[in-house]
Amino acid sequence: MAEQSIAAPAVRAMAADGDRSARARAVILLLSLALVLSIFLSLTSGASDASAVRVLRDWLTGAVPADAALATRDRLIVYDIRMPRVLLGVLIGAALAVSGAVMQGLFRNPLADPGLIGVSAGSSLGAVAVVVLGTTWLAPVTLAVGTLALPLAAFFGGLTVTFLLYVIATRQGRMSVATMLLAGLAIAALAMALTGVLIFMADDRQLRDLTFWQLGSLAGATWPKIGAVAPVIVLALVTMPFLSRGLNALALGEATAGHLGIPVQRLKYTAIVGVSAAVGASVAVSGGIGFIGIVVPHLLRLAIGPDNRYLLPASALLGATLLLLADAVARTIVAPAELPIGIVTAVAGAPFFLWILLCKRGIVDL
Amino acid sequence: MIEAHDISVTIGDKRILSHVDFAALPGEVTAIVGPNGSGKTTLLKALTGELAYTGIVTLNGRNLSTMKPVEAATHRAVLPQSTTLSFPFTVYEIVRLGLIGGCSGALPGEDARLPERALARVDLDGFAGRFYQGLSGGEQQRVQLARVLCQVWAPVLEGRPRYLFLDEPVSSLDVKHQLVIMNIARDFARRGGGAVAILHDFNLTAMYADRIFVLHRGQLAAAGSPAEVLKDELIEKVFDCRLKVGALPAGSVPFVLPQSAA
Repeated sequence: MAEQSIAAPAVRAMAADGDRSARARAVILLLSLALVLSIFLSLTSGASDASAVRVLRDWLTGAVPADAALATRDRLIVYDIRMPRVLLGVLIGAALAVSGAVMQGLFRNPLADPGLIGVSAGSSLGAVAVVVLGTTWLAPVTLAVGTLALPLAAFFGGLTVTFLLYVIATRQGRMSVATMLLAGLAIAALAMALTGVLIFMADDRQLRDLTFWQLGSLAGATWPKIGAVAPVIVLALVTMPFLSRGLNALALGEATAGHLGIPVQRLKYTAIVGVSAAVGASVAVSGGIGFIGIVVPHLLRLAIGPDNRYLLPASALLGATLLLLADAVARTIVAPAELPIGIVTAVAGAPFFLWILLCKRGIVDL
Repeated sequence: MIEAHDISVTIGDKRILSHVDFAALPGEVTAIVGPNGSGKTTLLKALTGELAYTGIVTLNGRNLSTMKPVEAATHRAVLPQSTTLSFPFTVYEIVRLGLIGGCSGALPGEDARLPERALARVDLDGFAGRFYQGLSGGEQQRVQLARVLCQVWAPVLEGRPRYLFLDEPVSSLDVKHQLVIMNIARDFARRGGGAVAILHDFNLTAMYADRIFVLHRGQLAAAGSPAEVLKDELIEKVFDCRLKVGALPAGSVPFVLPQSAA
């Protein structure tokens, strides 16, 4: 009997019916491997024939390469072009997917996505305002905060929209998801209209920048840009797993989450600020990349269930992996030119989204 | 104990509860009864801090409005009338959410097994792996009760009694499970905790409640033991229905009382 009681908890915990923790951990391990592989793939492939493996080997062994000029070129390509791009892809893929998962938990709805309900549009508006008005009306701001102006403006744009949504959709402590989605559509339309006004005011050079940027792209990845957004995204990504228990409880409704001991208001504010920060920073450097935030968490819920303790880290891993793969497609499919990555994610994501609506009509319960 | 004094709740410009006094003692099952719209659920929501109220609610001597959610959660668990989910959780995952506060009061190391034991208590053995959304309303209600039981598994924690708040816990259940659930509430009280339940069935109320609070149009109409409260005049006044307590149906009309359960 004594023997049994010592062995029992571990065995029971694994065997408990309906407990998908073990499977979730296995999936997270697999996704980690997939991410490492796709990072390797992204570093080694590209328009040039630069060999990341050789650069890495030379760096590790300290060997002096036979052709010094070629080695220098390769090193530049790998260090200054591919590496920042891969890093940015990882950060943004993770940020978008985790933001989607958190937003869906917060609004208790699998359709909530920063891109759908106007948060991205708000971020775009902030970013476009800085691009177009940065040297005129907003000059004091850009002078004061320097290169941080763009990510900050995108962040406040996203935060403003999220806050508006929250105020409009919440009455007497209850958040109406239908109101939220409708308000999101209206706010997104308004933000896009204002963005349109700004684009109308833009000169030709700004216009081309904006168009490309609005479609979404990782092409502008540089180390300084990463330096500006990485702290924001990393902070948001590190904070959000702490919300997972609260978001799980929130699945039962706000009142019940409160009865379970969750400080619901603080949870909601933290989630909203975190999502706005992550999405705002992402939009600021890479434009609007759609569908990662809705497709990734949904796929993972099918595989490991909706427990946010596993869903959030798994979303980060799968989001990063999918965005790197999408970027690989964007870079190579029309080489030597490249496709905006937002087009790739939309072409793959939109049909998937429709498929969710067709097959899983029951779970999308407004 | 739970004590509420002079509780009033206004929603919008409509006064739902006015000047209600309430008390629930450890060791007892306290029933709240009243017709539809009389303010039963509103009173329960005020007592659990879910709705803003005027007046004072104390939980084991402490003012509820000064307690943080996590503190209140160690003293009491709440079963809502119904709970819908937007994500495909399994039954096990739902019940485990009751352990989120980490104060079940079970022996160290036993928490991992509580979800299964709680499911067995509500007669849902073998349901752990099912999807919550695929269950019937009555089964879902029992899953939620299992979750609530996990939260306050020990009826007494560190010398302080704990409480179950149950909003119509048996309204969607068949007769067997009505008895199962009410026995759980009574057992919880017998072991030193307290249970507060909104009930509709006079017979179940008479059988299980130690004390009854009757609400009528947002006010307290009566309070006391079942024998003191369940009287013809009160039922006619509050429920607008002329019923005779203790009268048997005529002739060969069959009737079945829960008290006859073996």
